[in-house]
Amino acid sequence: MDDFKDLDTNSKELSTINFDEKLEVSAVEKNELIADFSSMLTIRVVEQKLAQMRKNGLIGGPVHLGAGQEAIAVGISKFLRKSDRIFSGHRSHTHLLALGAEPRKLFAEVLGRNTGFTKGAGGSMHLWDGDNGFLGAVPIVAGTVSLAVGAALASRLQGKNDIAVAYFGDGAMEEGVVHESMNLARQLNSPVLFVCENNLFSSHMHISQRQPLNSVLRFAKANDIYSKIIDGNNITRIKQVAEKMIKIARDTYSPVFIEAITYRHYGHVDWREDLDVGVNRSSEDLKLWKSRDPIERLKSSLIASKIVQASELEKIRIEIDLQIDHAWDTATNDPKADINSLIADVLKR
Amino acid sequence: MRDGFSYLLKKYPEVFIIGQGLWSPWYVGNSMTNLDKEFGVERVIDTPVSESACTGAAVGAALAGMKPIMVHPRMDFMLYAMDSIVNEAAKWSSMTGGQAHAGVTIRAIINRGGEQGAQHSQALHSWFVHIPGLRVVMPYSVSDARDLLIASVLCGDPVIYIDDRWLYSNEEVLQPIVELDLKNQGPKVIKDGTDITLVAAGFSTQLALEAAEKLNNQNISAEVIDVRVLSPLSPNVILDSVRKTGRLIAIDGGWGPAGFSSEIITVVTESIDPALLKSSSKRVTLPFAPAPVAANLEQVYYPTSDDVVRSAVNAVRR
Repeated sequence: MDDFKDLDTNSKELSTINFDEKLEVSAVEKNELIADFSSMLTIRVVEQKLAQMRKNGLIGGPVHLGAGQEAIAVGISKFLRKSDRIFSGHRSHTHLLALGAEPRKLFAEVLGRNTGFTKGAGGSMHLWDGDNGFLGAVPIVAGTVSLAVGAALASRLQGKNDIAVAYFGDGAMEEGVVHESMNLARQLNSPVLFVCENNLFSSHMHISQRQPLNSVLRFAKANDIYSKIIDGNNITRIKQVAEKMIKIARDTYSPVFIEAITYRHYGHVDWREDLDVGVNRSSEDLKLWKSRDPIERLKSSLIASKIVQASELEKIRIEIDLQIDHAWDTATNDPKADINSLIADVLKR
Repeated sequence: MRDGFSYLLKKYPEVFIIGQGLWSPWYVGNSMTNLDKEFGVERVIDTPVSESACTGAAVGAALAGMKPIMVHPRMDFMLYAMDSIVNEAAKWSSMTGGQAHAGVTIRAIINRGGEQGAQHSQALHSWFVHIPGLRVVMPYSVSDARDLLIASVLCGDPVIYIDDRWLYSNEEVLQPIVELDLKNQGPKVIKDGTDITLVAAGFSTQLALEAAEKLNNQNISAEVIDVRVLSPLSPNVILDSVRKTGRLIAIDGGWGPAGFSSEIITVVTESIDPALLKSSSKRVTLPFAPAPVAANLEQVYYPTSDDVVRSAVNAVRR
């Protein structure tokens, strides 16, 4: 068996990634690097706030946190337009916030307040933000992948150059509809960017216990879709690949596929680390992957290349902390969901 | 139906049709003949056998501003698409606080008989009536087949539009198209009567009408109500009729338990003073078994107008 595995190009590609390599920052504008740092850190602080408040019992429902995975959405979103059509799954905060959506609205939504993105109707697991082209995220695994294909098809039928983005995890690759969707997108020339955030876990189970290979790239190849596997914790590399892939989708009405390898700092749901319930999730692994933190990697590269001083980044951190504290405090005082919406919003008024 | 599709494609550039068999007359009878040739294969899209992804794509296209029509030539195969219909399309309006709506029309064809058996025969409209966030339409008349199709596509909500191939040979002289607002459409009295109310939808309405004619020969005057829009159900026409006749039979081409016929009887039971009822309410449905293949079994499986007549006579002459 090992001989045959050796012949598989997919596993080779995964093994060529150096997850500890220094980021190539010298060719990038300082402002852009600072913006990337700020976006990722904002998302991190939001997720930490949600973890803390869920633990405190101030948040009533489940939150699936994306801390550790921020670089992927931040890198991809640089090349998206407001008219693009973004879909996601249960771990979607990073995808929405990377588009520039307001943290305060996310807090309000998670708290079930009328000022949230969907007036408290969706909560953490059913996010939507029409103003930012975020057409929806749902917790049914792979539930929106086919929707993204349709939104991409619509773009072509409308004669536009907008693309759709389908964010999903490695667990979603085990749902049949994802394979149907890739085939359909390829066959109907639908410009959709499939983004598989492979954080190696589906709920409690490591990918090696669910799939014969740790990379999912083979599925894109099987459907004749342009694909690339990348280190999902390397923001500069993600941007290089995203720019190229998104241009292909826009210019040629082709589906494209990015597999980004990453790791989540929290467990499957809420604030815990899941070292107890996660199969093959050890404190050593968590420590290793935290040493590959996308924010810390950018920060250390920036400082090592003398692009910014540590104090400058620390100042940014303090400002973000204050902003997020303020956003949380504001949201907790926002009005509750409207009772009438329960029935009135079931169908179009 | 073909006129309805043609009208929509001509007038609304956001309309496109996607589903299996659309480039072949094999799957959808004459209801879509040559639409692909007239409007192009970009807007009338035949697909791989991927019911789930195609239905999801139609939902996603609706969220991106289109008015898609998804066609399932057989309802049985549509079960692969239940997530897109029940979890996604039906929930979108509620989940977004009424800010986004999956305005997709999902046409499901009931295609039974002909010794096709258990997986080529099902009438599952009741499932969808159970789900808030969907509108469920089942035309009986030729004009409804056209006009309610148009109303479904234009209403902006997800609609399950279910038509029955056993009605395809019916004929009617059609009036010019007038766009209807689906919100204002509901059950209609299509034959007046005084002794008993027969409530039905789709092909069952035809059974009810045939039964009413046979009952007339026995001096029983049956009122026939064609439900047309099963969900959300406007019960008033049904309630008014049963208050007048005092008797109810619900006729349904699906199974009985927790089915649409149960809903009709429940609505009447909840709203009408039992003193006004002259007999207990009855239903005529399929036996609680999957559809058989053998011709002799098939003959006893599907309800007939004689079954309706028997049930009505029992109710009136008890």
